Amino acid sequence: MAILKTEDLTYTYSQGTPFEKTAINKVNLEIEEGELVGVMGHTGSGKSTLIQHFNGLLEPTSGKVYLDGEDIWADKKKIRDVRFKVGLVFQYPEYQIFEDTVYKDIAFGPKNMGLSDDEIKSRVYETAENIGISPEYMERSPFELSGGQKRRVAIAGVMAMKPKVLILDEPTAGLDPKGRDKILGLIKSYQQKTNSTVLIVSHSMEDIAEYADKILVMNKAELFCYDTAVNVFGLSNEIEQMGLDVPQITRVFNKLKERGIDLGKEVFTVNYAKDLVLKALKERGLS
Amino acid sequence: MNNIIEIENLHFSYKNDYDENAPAKEVLKGIDLKIKKGEFVAVLGHNGCGKSTLAKHLNGILTATSGKVIVAGIDAADEEKLFELRQHAGMVFQNPDNQIVSSIVEEDVAFALENLGVAPDEIRRRVDEALKEVRMYDYRTHSPSQLSGGQKQRVAIAGIIAMRPDCIILDEPTAMLDPQGRKEVMKTIRRLNREHGITIILITHYMDEASRCDRVIVMDKGKVVLDDTPKEVFSHVELLKNIGLDVPQTTELVYLLKQSGIELDGHIISEDECVDALAELLKNKGA
Amino acid sequence: MLKDITIGQFFPGTSLIHRLDPRFKLIITLIFLIMLFVGDSPIGLVIGAVFTFLSIALSKIKPKLFFKSIKPILPFLIITALLNLFFITGGDVLFKWRFITITTGGIKTSVFMIARIILLISGSSLLTYTTSPIALTDAIERLLSPLKKLKFPVHELAMMMTIALRFIPTLIEETDKIISAQKARGAEISTGSLAARARNIVSILVPLFISSFRRAEELATAMECRCYNGGEGRTRLRQLKSSMCDYIALAVTLLFLAAVIIVNIIF
Repeated sequence: MAILKTEDLTYTYSQGTPFEKTAINKVNLEIEEGELVGVMGHTGSGKSTLIQHFNGLLEPTSGKVYLDGEDIWADKKKIRDVRFKVGLVFQYPEYQIFEDTVYKDIAFGPKNMGLSDDEIKSRVYETAENIGISPEYMERSPFELSGGQKRRVAIAGVMAMKPKVLILDEPTAGLDPKGRDKILGLIKSYQQKTNSTVLIVSHSMEDIAEYADKILVMNKAELFCYDTAVNVFGLSNEIEQMGLDVPQITRVFNKLKERGIDLGKEVFTVNYAKDLVLKALKERGLS
Repeated sequence: MNNIIEIENLHFSYKNDYDENAPAKEVLKGIDLKIKKGEFVAVLGHNGCGKSTLAKHLNGILTATSGKVIVAGIDAADEEKLFELRQHAGMVFQNPDNQIVSSIVEEDVAFALENLGVAPDEIRRRVDEALKEVRMYDYRTHSPSQLSGGQKQRVAIAGIIAMRPDCIILDEPTAMLDPQGRKEVMKTIRRLNREHGITIILITHYMDEASRCDRVIVMDKGKVVLDDTPKEVFSHVELLKNIGLDVPQTTELVYLLKQSGIELDGHIISEDECVDALAELLKNKGA
Repeated sequence: MLKDITIGQFFPGTSLIHRLDPRFKLIITLIFLIMLFVGDSPIGLVIGAVFTFLSIALSKIKPKLFFKSIKPILPFLIITALLNLFFITGGDVLFKWRFITITTGGIKTSVFMIARIILLISGSSLLTYTTSPIALTDAIERLLSPLKKLKFPVHELAMMMTIALRFIPTLIEETDKIISAQKARGAEISTGSLAARARNIVSILVPLFISSFRRAEELATAMECRCYNGGEGRTRLRQLKSSMCDYIALAVTLLFLAAVIIVNIIF
C-alpha cells in the first residue's frame, strides 16, 4: 500500500482575492513505502506547496492527502501527529537552530512528541550517529559548528522524530561538493537503514540521477510525471523544454544518439555511462 | 600596465576576538597571483579554503597581515585611497537580499554613486545605463521583495557597475539561486566581460561555470594549488577529488574510461568535445 | 498569515495628492492637525471635515480604505465616547439614573471627540496612502536637515528608516518560514500550555535574531563595498522639486486654518 497518496489535491493561494493563484492543481500521486524520491520542478512549479501538504502544514483547498491509508485531515486535532510521521526539513535548516547545545536542539522534536527522557536520549544519540555527528559534540553550542555540521544537526532534529516519511527541501543548497556528497550519502544510508520513505527536492539533476529511485516532476502547478529515473530521463526533451536541466552526461549520450550512435538505455550517471561505452567497445571487438 | 591585480606573498591570519593570547588562525599562506585586465577567472576551492578571504583583500575589506595587494595600481593597504580602490574593484556577494539597501530598485543602484557624491543628473544617467546593462530597466521602480533571486542578484550587479569598475569580484553569486537565476546571472557576467572588458573574478562551487572561464584558480588550505586554463585544471581529476572538488561529468567519464585502459585525450570539458571524442572512439574502431 | 499585514500601506496613484512634494504633504498634514485642535466650535470642525473630504476626493482613493484604517481603533473610540457622555456634565440634564447623568454638554463633547479622532486618522492615513514610505523618509530627512548643525543624526535616522523599510518584507517572509519549520518539529504556537508556548516563541525569536544580525553584518560589508561613509558629501538620485501646485496646496491649507481661527474668535 502506498505510504503517501493524494487525490485531486488542489491548493489555491489567497482565494477570493485578485491575487488568487492555483499553486497545485488536481495532483494524483501514490508514493510507495521505502522509496527515495527526487522531486524536481522549477521555482513556482508547485513543488514546495506540494511537500507542505504531505505533513499538513497546508490544508488542501480541495482534494485529499492520505498517509498510510488515512485521510490526514479527517480529524483536524490530530494534524500535529501527522507532522511527527512526516518529517519536513526546510531549505537552509541550520537557520532554524535555536537551542544552546546540539543535544537540546536535536531533542526539540522528540520532546514535543512527549517521549520519555530515556527514549529522547537514545533517539538523539542514534540519530546523531546516523548523520555523522560524534557524541563529543552533544554539549557544544550548535552555533560554533561549521556550515555543513550545522546543517546535519538541523536534519538530525527532524530525523530524531523517526518519521515514516522524511522530506528534505534542497538539503545541499549552498554547500561545496564535498559537503553535498556527504549529506546525500548520509541521507541515502539513513533511508536504507530505517527503510523509510525519503523525498529530496533538488535543482541538481546530477544529484537526483545519482541517488533517487524515482523522480517526481512538477510543472506549472501540475504533476508532470512520477516514474523511475530511467523513464523520466527518457523524457529529457520535454524536461529541457520546461526549463529544467538534465544531467550533462544525458545530454552527451542524446547527442551521440543523434549522430547515429545509440548505446541503449537512458544514461544519467557517469558510472553507467562508462560501463555502456566499455560494453560497446567490447561488442565491437576493440578492447 | 597590463595586470589589473598583482598579489605578492599574501599572508592573512584571523585574530581571535575573544582571547588575545590564542594563536591567530592563518587563512592565507602565501598567495602570489597576477590577473590580467579583461580576464575571466574562476576561483574554486571547498568551504574554508580561504577563497572568500582572498576576495575580501581585493577591495580593502580585509588588509593583509603581510605581503602586497595591488589593484588597478592602488595599494590595497593604503587607507587614503580606500574609496578609489572600491570604485575600481566592486564586489557582489552570495545572498542577494543582504546587499540591497533601498526598497526601490533604482535607488539601490544609485547608492554607491550617491555615496561618492556624483551629481544627480550623472547618477540618473549611470543608473539607467547600469539597469539596462543587466536587463532590469523595466523593473526600476519595483521593490526588491517583488523580484526573484536572479533578478535581485542582477540589481546588485547593476549597483556595482554603476561605479564603472575595472574589475568585479563575485563571491558565490549563484549559490542561492535556482537554475533559471543562475543562467541569468552567468549570462550577465559573461556579457560584462566580453562587451566591456571588465575583469571578472568568480568564486564558485559550480564546475560548469568554472569550465567556461578563461582561467581557473584552485585553492586549498590557504594556497593556490592549480592555476591554468579550465582544460588543464580539470585534467587533474584525482587532485581535485582529493581536495573535495568536482569535475564536469564529461571530464569524469573520460577519466574513468582512461583508467579502464581506453586511450583518450584527458583534456575534455565541454559536451561537444566529449561527444566528438566518443563518436571518434566508437566509429573508427567499430568500422 | 503574516504576509497579509502591510505596514504603512501605500497605494500608488497619479492624483494631485499623490503628486504633491512629500515635504509639503508633511507640512500640510501638520497644519491640518493644528486646525483640528484649534477648532473647538462646531463650525470649526465642519471646516476641518470639509478640508478632509476635499483632500480624500482629490486623492481618488476609495473611501472604504479610510473606514478600514479607523476600524482597529473603534473600540477605543466607543469607550472614550461613553466616558465623555457619562462623566462630562454641563448644559441641560437630559437623563439621570443613579450615578449616570447625561447632559447636553456631555453629548456635545463626545460627538466632538469622535469627529476629531476620525478626521485625524483619515487625514494622516491619507498621507501614508498617497506617499511611498521612501519618499516620506526622504521628506523627513530634508525637513530635519537644519538640525544637523545641532549634531542631530538626521542622515543616520533616515538611513535606518530606509533599511528598516527594505527589510520588513524580508523579515516577515523569514518569520513565516521559521514558524513553519518549528511547526514541522511539533512546536505549538497557538495552542498548548503557557509554558510550552513561551518556549516555542523562543524557538522562533532566537533564529530570527541570529539571522537579523547576520543580515546586518553582511549588509554593512556590502554598503562599505559601495563606498558608504555616512551622510557627509552624499548626493541623491531623487531630487525633490516643489512646483506651483505645492505652494497653492499649502496656501489653501493655510486659508482653511485661518478660517478656523477666525470662526473661533467670532463665536
